[in-house]
Amino acid sequence: MKTPEELKYSKTHEWVRFISETEAEVGLSDFAQDALGDLVFVNLPEPDAEAVKGETICDVESVKAVSDVYAPASGTVSEVNEELLDAPEKINSDPYGAWLFRLTDVTDTDDLLDAEAYIAHCESEEH
Amino acid sequence: MGNYIPSTDLQQQEMLKEAGFSSFEDLYRDVPEELLLKHELNLPSGKSELEASKTLRKLADKNKVYSSIFRGAGAYHHYIPSIVTSVVNKEEFVTAYTPYQAEISQGVLQSIFEYQTMICELTGMDVSNASVYDGAVAAAEAVSMCRSPKKKKVYVSEGVHPDTMKVIRTYSWAYGDEIIPLALKDGLTDPADLKEEAACVVIQQPNYYGVIEDVRALVSAAHEKGIQVILSMNPIAMASLPCPGEYGADIAVGEGQPLGMPLSYGGPYLGFMAATSKMMRKLPGRIVGQTVDSEGNKAYVLTLQAREQHIRREKASSNICSNEALCALTASVYLAAMGPDGIREVAKQCCSKAHYLAEKLEEAGLKRRFKADFFHEFVTDCQEPEKLIAKLAEKDILGGLPVDGGILWCCTEMNSKEEIDALVQEVAQ
Amino acid sequence: MKTLFERSVAGRKCTILPACDVPETKPQETREKALRLPELSETDISRHYTQLAKQTFGVNDGFYPLGSCTMKYNPKVNERTASLEGFTEVHPSQNAQGCLELLKTAEQYLCEITGMDAMTFQPAAGAHGELTGLMLIKRYHELNNHPLRKKIIVPDSAHGTNPASSSMCGFTVVNIPSAEDGCVDLEKLREAVGEDTAGLMLTNPNTLGIFDKNIKAITDIVHEAGGLCYYDGANLNAVMGIARPGDMGFDCIHLNLHKSFSTPHGGGGPGSGPVGCKSFLADYLPGEKIAEENGKLCWQPRGDASIGAVRSFHGNFLVVVKAFTYLVTLGKEGVPMVAKNAVLNANYIKHLLEGTWDVAKKGTCMHEFVLTLEELKKETGVSAMDVAKALQDYGIHPPTMYFPLNVHEALMIEPTETESRETLDEAAAAFMDIWKTIQENPESLHDTPHHSPIKRPDEVNAARHPVLRYPFND
Repeated sequence: MKTPEELKYSKTHEWVRFISETEAEVGLSDFAQDALGDLVFVNLPEPDAEAVKGETICDVESVKAVSDVYAPASGTVSEVNEELLDAPEKINSDPYGAWLFRLTDVTDTDDLLDAEAYIAHCESEEH
Repeated sequence: MGNYIPSTDLQQQEMLKEAGFSSFEDLYRDVPEELLLKHELNLPSGKSELEASKTLRKLADKNKVYSSIFRGAGAYHHYIPSIVTSVVNKEEFVTAYTPYQAEISQGVLQSIFEYQTMICELTGMDVSNASVYDGAVAAAEAVSMCRSPKKKKVYVSEGVHPDTMKVIRTYSWAYGDEIIPLALKDGLTDPADLKEEAACVVIQQPNYYGVIEDVRALVSAAHEKGIQVILSMNPIAMASLPCPGEYGADIAVGEGQPLGMPLSYGGPYLGFMAATSKMMRKLPGRIVGQTVDSEGNKAYVLTLQAREQHIRREKASSNICSNEALCALTASVYLAAMGPDGIREVAKQCCSKAHYLAEKLEEAGLKRRFKADFFHEFVTDCQEPEKLIAKLAEKDILGGLPVDGGILWCCTEMNSKEEIDALVQEVAQ
Repeated sequence: MKTLFERSVAGRKCTILPACDVPETKPQETREKALRLPELSETDISRHYTQLAKQTFGVNDGFYPLGSCTMKYNPKVNERTASLEGFTEVHPSQNAQGCLELLKTAEQYLCEITGMDAMTFQPAAGAHGELTGLMLIKRYHELNNHPLRKKIIVPDSAHGTNPASSSMCGFTVVNIPSAEDGCVDLEKLREAVGEDTAGLMLTNPNTLGIFDKNIKAITDIVHEAGGLCYYDGANLNAVMGIARPGDMGFDCIHLNLHKSFSTPHGGGGPGSGPVGCKSFLADYLPGEKIAEENGKLCWQPRGDASIGAVRSFHGNFLVVVKAFTYLVTLGKEGVPMVAKNAVLNANYIKHLLEGTWDVAKKGTCMHEFVLTLEELKKETGVSAMDVAKALQDYGIHPPTMYFPLNVHEALMIEPTETESRETLDEAAAAFMDIWKTIQENPESLHDTPHHSPIKRPDEVNAARHPVLRYPFND
């Protein structure tokens, strides 16, 4: 399982890449994509949607399941990765390249974990 | 009495014993005594097959089967080729369940895939589902597809079938949408009435009164306001009039009964639904897709299931599971038997005969109510519609449907010139 | 297999219609878009569909123990009566005394069997009936001024339609966990009900095939809290003629005529999902009611309290004709015999499998039971899916897989009463044979079935890159 050092993570398995202090990219962690299995579609959020930390922002589909994606922090959706609409498999093959959406005016970041803490969190969930 | 239980009485007793039960009553040992039904059911005694057949035939014989039908109004009398009846009576198609087990359901899956393709061709849309219950529910389900948290208003033309209006109203009441009816002016929906932003507008072509709506104008007025267009259209008319795709509709729905299903006192019928590829994942119900099996051979499966209730549960926009698969098969075989030329011929004859009837009725004193163009139905004024219909019934003719102090007439390829002339003669007398 | 479109030959046709005998008239605006329907002879069509039929497994092909679907044999006399001209050639707006009498009598019979007072035949399927039932509950609270009653309670074992139907009615769903035995946990139910409770949705016997003996206490708890109780009739086959939902305290129900009452499933429909209710809800039913005027039957509006309509006309009428024929055949003696034999067959095959296969809930079952392959999978890697696919090679339609959700690696078996002892013995032998294979060569189960027209399909590819219609060369 890959867990890049430079990223932050939520307990609900989203990763966050800060572009600036108030702008960030969000995707699903390697742990998450592995647990979800082959993803077949992603329902991206509407651009301009308000993200509220801890609340559902969009969802991803496998053949027999739908899984919610939670906002790892609060902010406004500024851009969505439309490339994933035709190639959801990228989330499986390149989870840290396949960002889902970008946020601006990011707040509520205190609970984000660093890589080491996130690995410990995943281990605790596996048991 | 019959019950289709193959095990003999002796076998049943042996099975009870082997499974550890002393009697049939013992099987229900977990049912509290006070809940067990104490009286014999208040039903007649069971019957043999011969007796049951007679009972049902007696009931069927109480219904009048007309030799000549000039009524449509949502249920149309068309010719059904023999091959259609023969194919849809095949036991495998009749008795199979929904094709969840793809390996042993390729036949029914392929037939649905072919149905989806033909509905796309007929409607000129990108994607079709495997059917819903009927045309009215198809329209109501289409309204659900257009919902968004910000848009709760739904325009519905009063030219849609009254049952479609009722079903949309019922579904919308349950969910909490606001319905804004669009009154007809001289038989037509007015594009200028689409005044505010709304989730969608539902239009019917030709409308309930047979009138051909100016759908292009309605679509452009709707799209200007960001309103999605749901076009409910008669499938036979699609072979002759511009199809929903050409009109620019976002969702095409309709009653598929004219495609090979008998009148059957209202059902089973077929709700078809097709949409632009943009709306694909909002379509309700089952959808069949083409893929490959583990050895790379072509295979069909139920797909995009994450839209559906069994996975999305309370977040699903529809709860539909069983649909009208055998009716969809009926429509496919009908369209295959007619072919492109055949279906155009049906449409041509419907339109031509209706116009011939309208002209003759006008000569006989029944004036057409609306001046706009029509397809195979039209309304005439009539002093005492019920009286005229009763008089026609005596001559073995089912006349048009009395509506708003007039009569809604319909002609299909079934009505020969001779029949039409006979009808007009009765009207003139 | 080739599609209809690949078989098409330009210019080929069936001769069906005579030439038009009136002057031609065209609409003012006409279709320009090509219409690529197949061009075929009747021979082509007949052979095409015969081949497709051969690749379709129906109840006539073999044992179909698909849990919760009640795939009983579909009697032929029902098909024949439903194809009588006096039913098929009748316009829905006609004054059809025979149709009205049939619907009225069917309503009486089904009300008697379920303990309800009134019924509508408008709903076209089970989920449609369920939606209609919830609409009745919504209407009841609306007209009785209970604006806060917005919550529907469903057990965690419920079918996905329960929460989906609730959402369509603007209700929110409260899931309550089942007790150890799969029945409703009374304590959890007491905690869940309150001033916001609109109703409860339940099936009894439940999805594990267990008759919930606390059923009266359950409906009492909900009623005392001010909610209504809705009965999902999916499992009625176990208890019809034996116990009635009306006596259990349910206020409204739906039936699946295509399950309990022997009408065929048609590869996914048409079904019929009539909704019955107690008299205090009768005015809310959709559609019109049948009344008698001057010795004649007629349709009469139900009035302003009605929820409106959930389908055009009178529902899937011919399906009701089939179910009615079945009821006439069965009569008062046959209905309970059906239930008893459905329960007997389930217990008999359960008895044959028990000891080798792991039954999720021990004890007497009703018309169905659930196997759990959780342990087996841990030990051998063989899943419920593998066993289901292996059964296909024995000419048996697989049981329902992975349902209910509260049992892991579930296979839900419902034999129905129309299977003979011999069929059940053969099916049990097939299960035992598969068990032997699992012990000897578990790996071989992963690529079952071996004898079907296709191997397991790639569902991931189907969903990622949807091909939903024939790709003409465009």
